[in-house]
Amino acid sequence: MSVAILRQGDVLIASIQSDLTDREVVGLRDELVERVGRERARGIVVDVAAMDVIDSFVARSLRAIALTARLRGARTIVVGIQPEVAIAMVHFRLNLEPLQAALDLDEALALLGRPQPEDSAGGG
Amino acid sequence: MDEQRSAEVPSPMESSSLHELVASLRDRRSELREQWAERITDAQLLRVMTPDEIFSEVTAVYDNYVDALETGSFETLQAYARDLSERIIPRGVETHEVLGIVLLLRDVLARSLFDAYQHDVEVLNRILDAYEPAANRIAVTVSVSFVNERERVIREQQEALRDLSTPVLQIRERLLILPIIGMLDSARARQLTEQLLASIQTNRAKVVVIDITGVADIDVTVANHLVQTVEASRLMGASAIITGLSSRIAQTLVDLGVDLGMMRTVGDLQGGLEEAERLIASGARESQDSDERA
Amino acid sequence: MEDEIRIPIARDADLVPARAEGRALAERLGFSRTDATLLATAISEVARNIVVHVGSGEVLLHARKEPHRYGLVVVARDAGPGIRDVGAALTDGFAARGGLGLGLPGARRLMDEFEVESDADHGTTVTMIKWRIRDELERLREARLRRG
Repeated sequence: MSVAILRQGDVLIASIQSDLTDREVVGLRDELVERVGRERARGIVVDVAAMDVIDSFVARSLRAIALTARLRGARTIVVGIQPEVAIAMVHFRLNLEPLQAALDLDEALALLGRPQPEDSAGGG
Repeated sequence: MDEQRSAEVPSPMESSSLHELVASLRDRRSELREQWAERITDAQLLRVMTPDEIFSEVTAVYDNYVDALETGSFETLQAYARDLSERIIPRGVETHEVLGIVLLLRDVLARSLFDAYQHDVEVLNRILDAYEPAANRIAVTVSVSFVNERERVIREQQEALRDLSTPVLQIRERLLILPIIGMLDSARARQLTEQLLASIQTNRAKVVVIDITGVADIDVTVANHLVQTVEASRLMGASAIITGLSSRIAQTLVDLGVDLGMMRTVGDLQGGLEEAERLIASGARESQDSDERA
Repeated sequence: MEDEIRIPIARDADLVPARAEGRALAERLGFSRTDATLLATAISEVARNIVVHVGSGEVLLHARKEPHRYGLVVVARDAGPGIRDVGAALTDGFAARGGLGLGLPGARRLMDEFEVESDADHGTTVTMIKWRIRDELERLREARLRRG
């Protein structure tokens, strides 16, 4: 299976195992969006360590997940962006707002564990 | 690359003096070659080479030298000089030695011309007029080839060193420093970015301090690299602080339209490290939309 | 011309081999991992355009070897209705059907050379090239190897 979605407390963790087709990306997006509402998750962590390309479509989908999750009161953090992929995304000027990035799952969970300051997500 | 020394260099066709000169040098080849080899040894040049090696190189140089005088074409000589350089540089032969032996040959040949034509001053003058500029040009050609090859080797070694060394330092947990010193070109900037991001991953850094105190100036490409490095670090969950931004570079960045507001900058490295500590202590979170800038 | 690869593009799943072939060829030509990723990303963008906006087309990859540089040429071709305003499509912020941009400005930023030809009769052809400079060091080594 290309994506595994687990639950840890009130955090959903999506672990991407390989390069995804667009269809699979859409499927992931839809499932996460549905579950964050249904299971009242507080946070979503998407692990993209196995993706060696993150293009505009993937970025858009991640943003869509984050925006929708925010509407449901959940934070989304992407982890595991590889160095080369980070460089490509920056060259491409892919904007991930309001998505946050962390190095790995541990970091993401630490970030999610912290109580939220009132003005989280700024005036963006 | 081969600058014409002057209109004095006679073309091969026009100068019978040159023909005479070349004939004379070819006639006395064995004798002059030996003389030259002796003078090389006397001057203690090419000590890293054995007498046999010296002899064989000396022969090749002599022939190439005379050919260059005759044809006025220096390509073969240049190619030979490059080849020779490639062989002798790893052996430790130095620039002054190469220049030295070429000048010695020039002298040996000049003296032989004096000997041959001392009875006829007019002919001697004509022949020297043909000889001197060409001989000087040969000396320059050979030396330049050697120096170029030397520089290539040095660059090669520097590249190798650069690949080995990782300039990113971890001074404490979660904190990396990348001190950048000297001229930054696009290639080096790219390399540093890749090394920094790899280090963020290996060391699980939360904050990276990029210190550019040692950088004199940057152009638009490098400025962009800097911004991209900061943004890429963010995508890997690390905050970046730029320190040592001189007012000159700051002005350059502003002129280039770089949004300094998007970059955390601190005057000096010490201040940057303190800021880094604060960030780590407060559980730095670098989000795409975080607007809390120090 | 050596190293010429054709990937037919008809479904979104075809983007996966297109990216993979691009990356593989890049690595064969000695491109860095970063550059190989930039290439694969750009290929993904233009190949997706074919799937989303036209339905079928192809991606052609080939190497261009010159003494001082190696290039990877990507040609993404379709026989569709063409892009009405190529200039606009190459500007950031442009949105075509469904509010989706064509990702062309981004792809262009990833590559060294970038050209779009498009009209209603011939469809769209995007040609992009990424170069890798072969420095004196590499050429020197190659020359030495050749001399045995």
